[in-house]
Amino acid sequence: MMRLAWLILRKDLTVEVRSGEIAYTTLFFAVTCVLVFAFALVREGRAPEDGAAGILWIAVVFAGNLALGRAFERERQAETLRALLMAPAPRTAVYLGKLLGVIALLVGAEIVLVPLIALLFQARLLAHLWWMIAILAAGTTGFAAVGTLFAAMLVRARSRDVLLPVLLYPITVPVIIAGVRGTAALLQPELEVGVVRFWLALLITFDVVFVTLSLWTFESVMTD
Amino acid sequence: MPKWFVPAAVVCGVMFAFSPLVIASADYESTMGLVQKIFYYHMPSAWMFLLSGIVCGIASVRFLTTGDPRHDRTAWAAAEMAVIFGVVTLVTGPLWARRAWGTFWVWDARTTSSLVQWMVAWAYLILRRYGGPGSDKLAAGLALFGVANVGFIYVSVNYWRTIHPATTVVPKLPFSMGFPLWYCVAAFTLLFVILLQMRVRLEEQRATLDTLYLSLDEQR
Repeated sequence: MMRLAWLILRKDLTVEVRSGEIAYTTLFFAVTCVLVFAFALVREGRAPEDGAAGILWIAVVFAGNLALGRAFERERQAETLRALLMAPAPRTAVYLGKLLGVIALLVGAEIVLVPLIALLFQARLLAHLWWMIAILAAGTTGFAAVGTLFAAMLVRARSRDVLLPVLLYPITVPVIIAGVRGTAALLQPELEVGVVRFWLALLITFDVVFVTLSLWTFESVMTD
Repeated sequence: MPKWFVPAAVVCGVMFAFSPLVIASADYESTMGLVQKIFYYHMPSAWMFLLSGIVCGIASVRFLTTGDPRHDRTAWAAAEMAVIFGVVTLVTGPLWARRAWGTFWVWDARTTSSLVQWMVAWAYLILRRYGGPGSDKLAAGLALFGVANVGFIYVSVNYWRTIHPATTVVPKLPFSMGFPLWYCVAAFTLLFVILLQMRVRLEEQRATLDTLYLSLDEQR
């Protein structure tokens, strides 16, 4: 099954590398978001305390919304969705492949966003790099897990572009809370490992529960 | 309509009509004064709000596993109940909190998870209304995630700080305050059951009408 998921991921990445459509639009949008926040919040070179943590996650979540909307839209426009679902592959492999593709895109955006926010908001985001990577990875996985499922479910629904954020944001509130709190803990002058570890553990639990639920639900909701 | 429906509706109406008298007879809480009486409507509606969420979640899981549209109708009705009781809870809560805590809103575990649960219920209804065909299964998936979600929010916000009164207060209440509370809980539970039954019945009749139309079309 992992081989099939890998094949779907490779297909998506190949299309993406050739067109660059989702990667460029998502990244540009995320950077614009961060700039808007910088214009609004940075006064005389000073940014509000802890603001960087919230802005990082808002940018990731907004960018994620865009990427998720396009990830299945492309299959629908090219009318390859049915082919994908008719392929002799378990539905869970399709889900995993798509999920990994979305995560890869978001990680790409984060590689740009983290240094940019650290620079614009004078935040010490890179001070504890490994913790930062762990929190971002766990948070992105959780957000993308729910997002991929919802984007897939909505692909045939009317007004799917509007519905995706309406459904996705209330459900991913825990990821946003834990991500922002965990990142804010990293920005403190004295690192409290216990606090960071708590939020990381919460994010990982969320990931496990929601990936399991998604794998279970994907099968039953993706029927023609 | 089942036989019990009309008597139940009458009893529920009478109970609500008398509830101000019962609440007025309760002991006067000295520090908060009259505002404390909000609690007799706030807590029962909050419980019904929670119950609606649970009913919606269980019905959705059963719909996803069995595909029986009856469970779907129950889930839909319960989601609407969640929005209604959520409004009552989220309006009465801040009114009480203004006096008790000095502020309308505090981001503590219960308030935050209630607000998000209310938003998930709205998202559910929006999906049903605008999702088009096939939105029943999507909504069931959403409800499933929504139920799992509330626990996470509760844990995460609880880690900060909680000033909300715990439910352990309830058994310790003196009789003069406990009786009005349980009276209101009974009235609200009855209201919940009646509204749920009405809503499910409406959807059943709609489904019957649809099948009748379809069979009429086939005969032509």
